[in-house]
Amino acid sequence: MSKEILENNLDSFNERLPILNDRDIVNIRSKGRKFASDLGFRNQDQTLIATALSEICRNVIEHAGKGEVIIKSVIIGKKIGISFIVKDNGPGIKNLDRALQFGYTTGRGMGVGLSGTKRIMDEFELETKQGVGTTVTMTKWLNEFEY
Amino acid sequence: MRVPILKQGSYLIASVQSSLSDEELIQLSDDLIDKVSDVRSKGVIIDVTVLDVMDSFATRVLRDIAQMIKLKGAPTVVVGIQPEVALAMVSLGLTLGSLKTALDLEEGLSLLKNPLSEDND
Repeated sequence: MSKEILENNLDSFNERLPILNDRDIVNIRSKGRKFASDLGFRNQDQTLIATALSEICRNVIEHAGKGEVIIKSVIIGKKIGISFIVKDNGPGIKNLDRALQFGYTTGRGMGVGLSGTKRIMDEFELETKQGVGTTVTMTKWLNEFEY
Repeated sequence: MRVPILKQGSYLIASVQSSLSDEELIQLSDDLIDKVSDVRSKGVIIDVTVLDVMDSFATRVLRDIAQMIKLKGAPTVVVGIQPEVALAMVSLGLTLGSLKTALDLEEGLSLLKNPLSEDND
């Protein structure tokens, strides 16, 4: 069912949003939740997705000042999912291993953001280059357990 | 939007009305600290029933609020964390530390009134 909906409305599932301030974080996570809900994710997963988005977007504000997020649907074979590409042109992450460590923080959170987000999303990729920026690509599959 | 803080007897109840930005959370923290001294409050309840996301920042601010209010001699209870929010917090690895919680406003108030009946301190 959701695949048909998806194919008919493919355009509406690709949106680029700026991350400029902490208000945008609230806006982005509610958009992310809505897209996830439209795709057919159950409430619990919508909350996980919104929380993951919140963590990653906050990193952008805190460390890079600004950035953007692309929210889109993905279909690979029989799998349908929601994907987020969060980009900034900030200073990059100096020590990635450490940043991914549970409990390590240089910011205002609790140091669980990256490691925790990695755990709640099905796919999580982080590319960073010092002086160039950071891109996080993460996906949650709707029907991962169908196989 | 500013979170309204109501006074009920010697307790303060901050009732979150909508999703909060970081700035609004900090504002709530400042408002509560001020008000606890002003009204010599014996306890604070923060109702987060409407929050659909509690990320690491929100959790840290709530923990900090409770810590600061404790230094002013009053306990803080967070009430109304939604089941799916609780699940997301656990999945993310967030912990509440010594922050007290209760199911809803009623339970929160009775926790403040009878702190000895609870041994989760």
